[in-house]
Amino acid sequence: MAIDYPLIWAFILAIGVMMYVLLDGFDLGVGMLTTRARSDEERNMMTATIEPVWDGNETWLIIGGGGLFAAFPTAYAIIMPAFYLPVLLMLAALIFRGVAFEFRHKAVRPLTKRFWNGAFAGGSFAAAFAQGIMLGGMVQGIAVEDGAFAGGAFDWLTPFTLLTGLSVAVGYLLLGACWLVLKTEGEMFLRARKWGLAGLVGVSFCFFAVSLATLAVDASIGDRWGFSMQYIDFATLLPLSPVPLTGMALCIWLARDLWMKPGVNSAPDWRPFLLATGIFITGYFGIGISLYPYIVPFELTVWDAAARDNALGLMLVGAAIMLPIILIYTAYVYRLFWGKVKPGDGYHA
Amino acid sequence: MELDALLLSRLQFAFVVAFHILFPAFTIGLAAFLAVCEGLWLRTKNDVFRRLYLHWVKIFALAFAMGVVSGVVMSYQFGTNWSVFSEITGSVIGPLLGYEVLTAFFLEATFLGVMLFGWNKVGRTLHFVATCAVAIGTTISAFWILSANSWMQTPDGFAVDAATGNLYATDWMKVIFNPSFPSRLMHMLLAAYTTTAAVVLAAGAWQVLKGRTTEPTRWQMRMAAGTLALAMPVQIFAGHWSGEVAHKHQPAKVATIEGWCTSAPVQGTVLVAWPDNSECGHSGITVPGTSPYLFPNVKDGEILHGLDAWPKSDLPPMWIVFWSFRIMVGCGLGMLAMGLWGLFLWWRNRLDHPGLFHMAAVPAGGLGFLAVVTGWVVAEVGRQPYTVYGVLRTVDSVSPVSAGQVATSLLVFMVVYAIIFTAGVVYMARIATRGFDDRPPGASGKERRAPGSPLGAVDEPAEAPDDIVAAE
Ligand code: HDD
Ligand code: HEM
Ligand code: HEM
Repeated sequence: MAIDYPLIWAFILAIGVMMYVLLDGFDLGVGMLTTRARSDEERNMMTATIEPVWDGNETWLIIGGGGLFAAFPTAYAIIMPAFYLPVLLMLAALIFRGVAFEFRHKAVRPLTKRFWNGAFAGGSFAAAFAQGIMLGGMVQGIAVEDGAFAGGAFDWLTPFTLLTGLSVAVGYLLLGACWLVLKTEGEMFLRARKWGLAGLVGVSFCFFAVSLATLAVDASIGDRWGFSMQYIDFATLLPLSPVPLTGMALCIWLARDLWMKPGVNSAPDWRPFLLATGIFITGYFGIGISLYPYIVPFELTVWDAAARDNALGLMLVGAAIMLPIILIYTAYVYRLFWGKVKPGDGYHA
Repeated sequence: MELDALLLSRLQFAFVVAFHILFPAFTIGLAAFLAVCEGLWLRTKNDVFRRLYLHWVKIFALAFAMGVVSGVVMSYQFGTNWSVFSEITGSVIGPLLGYEVLTAFFLEATFLGVMLFGWNKVGRTLHFVATCAVAIGTTISAFWILSANSWMQTPDGFAVDAATGNLYATDWMKVIFNPSFPSRLMHMLLAAYTTTAAVVLAAGAWQVLKGRTTEPTRWQMRMAAGTLALAMPVQIFAGHWSGEVAHKHQPAKVATIEGWCTSAPVQGTVLVAWPDNSECGHSGITVPGTSPYLFPNVKDGEILHGLDAWPKSDLPPMWIVFWSFRIMVGCGLGMLAMGLWGLFLWWRNRLDHPGLFHMAAVPAGGLGFLAVVTGWVVAEVGRQPYTVYGVLRTVDSVSPVSAGQVATSLLVFMVVYAIIFTAGVVYMARIATRGFDDRPPGASGKERRAPGSPLGAVDEPAEAPDDIVAAE
């Protein structure tokens, strides 16, 4: 049997994007939460929890851009022009945020310091929002004619995409709050649990709103799940139902963990983060079910959009060697920096 | 010319990539310099080289970070602005860029971290290995990206898919080692080394002028001047080799570079030229009859084509290419002169005493960057009107996006880069020109930094206290 290179690469890319969402997700979330910091010291403590890892987290994004070009040039050629402005927003936001990490410590004057702090939080939000817009834009569909993007500059801008943009930002907020629960103690730890609860309420609301809206926006996704405005097809829905049900169960479990007073019988501090990650993974899985095997939803499948097999094969050699090394190394770094960050613990202090 | 999406996309690509290349040109060279310093330290046990290493590694960290940030933008630009190009060529150059991504990843994830943060944590040999790995890694990165670029200049080893019109590879060796790749790789790597040497020389000269000459400064200037004097002649040879390859595969580019008006068996060298109303559109000062010496490989009786050999629609814009080439060569000769002058002063034992040389060396620190950017302009604008030479025209490569969108993005990149890079470059210059600081990175405070976060190696306020005083 011949090797199905496009499918393998779709899988690699999907894993890469998921790694990005989970890893950069929580540090963008922490970035947004810095607006809630009451003092400079609190803000430094929050950034200290992500400083060791954010750079590596963001590198997964290059797998997204570079990998899409290399493995699915046709999809890349349609998606990038379609989301021209959101991509621009995301890149600008990430540039600002990335350097603000350092420059805000370098700044001494109050005004420049405020500027870089604002760039940090604002950039984090804008990047998350832009990613959510692109996700929504993919779901609602891209105008394609003769295998090329044929829509307008603002096709991506609809109430639906604004909703998904906000949802992704809220989701990252939840991840960020749970990360802070894991990495901080004392006052900050208690407040992070409250932020987590608020984020969870937001995420639950967004989950339902987006699900309903999706049915209205794109009938094919409803069909996929056996749903429509008129009927429910249980034969289709039941086999798929474990995915959303798991998601809901994880939400309830997380709510309980965050609600319980921290003390003797409460959950370990790592569990909220693990649960939040689980919620994201089920959501991601759900999107996968909705869209598979399309890479430009309902226009191009992964096989339509893939590069030639000889190109995919050549790259697979490199990926097979490099990706495991990268994963092992990532795990190593997280182990190295395991444990709570104490006030004044930032490397800048 | 109207400002349509095509022209704006070209401007944006030129702007963003020109900004990007400033940092790789510097990091490739600096990584090699650092590896040499550390190697010399381990060998000679001379503390000077350790101090040099610890001083320059901080600047390296910042430059590397800037290279990363601006590089990420590049990898999205192919899709946002050149989507048709991406689709048509994706199956050929996609894997080349894919390998670049993987090597960059590998670099960032492993050895860079050890290099920047491992000074007190790993043994000396391992640390040296890490530095060498970073130096080799940046070179590998350049290898892949230049292979992709060279393929666009001299495409080989591919065929056209009849059904889709997309290109695919028939012979990967021919794709990767395409005709202009060896010369371009050599020319670019030497460009990186000489650019860095010029900067190191400038920083040293600045210290001397400020009366802060120390042992490391002395060595830094000797090494830099020596590198320039040795590498520049080789670089001129490499540039000439590039020219010969271009002559073989892209004769229209060479006619433009040289400013040859009419085809003839023997051509002169146009030193300078300016627009006028003549048939060819320019006149200038020419040294006649030089081509047999400059292009000895041209056979007797072969015609050297001038601009009249092609329809205007197949020629690159003349003046940009023509003058960029002369600026590049001028910079090269300037850097050669600085190198020889430096060696002379070293011989006369006057390298450490402030003088005319040092005043010249400070601005000459920018010559390499200027040559790199103008060199790329020669190569890239000279390739016009094609993106893939002879295969795909630039007009047929552009994304179906509106001029308004591209104008917006161009503006945003200009503003964002202006803010970010001013801050970064000012900070780098401060480290380079301040007194010698050779504390190991991370020595102050506790280390909470992962290997792999370039900016983290530098952790002092960028705004020096005297700025605050000045502001108040
Ligand atoms: C001659 C060398 C050279 C050239 C012509 C280019 N680059 Fe580059 N690039 C490098 C040499 C380099 C480097 C030395 O490897 C960098 C600089 C600093 C760094 O982190 O790696 C880099 C960084 C870098 C990164 C960040 C990688 C990371 O996270 O480590 C990306 C995504 C790109 N580049 C992409 C591009 C693209 C799409 C280019 C073409 C238009 C390009 N570069 C031209
Ligand atoms: C980093 C150094 C580089 C510089 C300074 C540079 C410079 C330029 C310039 C000035 C242009 C505009 C030419 C014009 O439209 O008149 C251009 C176009 C372009 N370059 Fe490069 N380039 C570099 C590297 C690369 C590499 C490595 C690639 C591909 C692998 C590449 C691909 C392109 C493409 C696709 C265009 C757009 C189409 C075009 O206008 O020709 N460039 N570049
Ligand atoms: C002094 C003699 C030099 C000559 C005769 C020369 C010649 C050339 C030629 C003919 C090209 C175009 C190659 C092509 O389009 O295929 C080129 C490109 C280039 N040059 Fe030079 N050059 C010289 C000096 C320099 C110096 C000193 C630097 C930098 C420090 C430099 C940096 C570059 C770069 C970055 C490119 C674009 C990449 C490439 O195509 O190789 N050059 N040079």
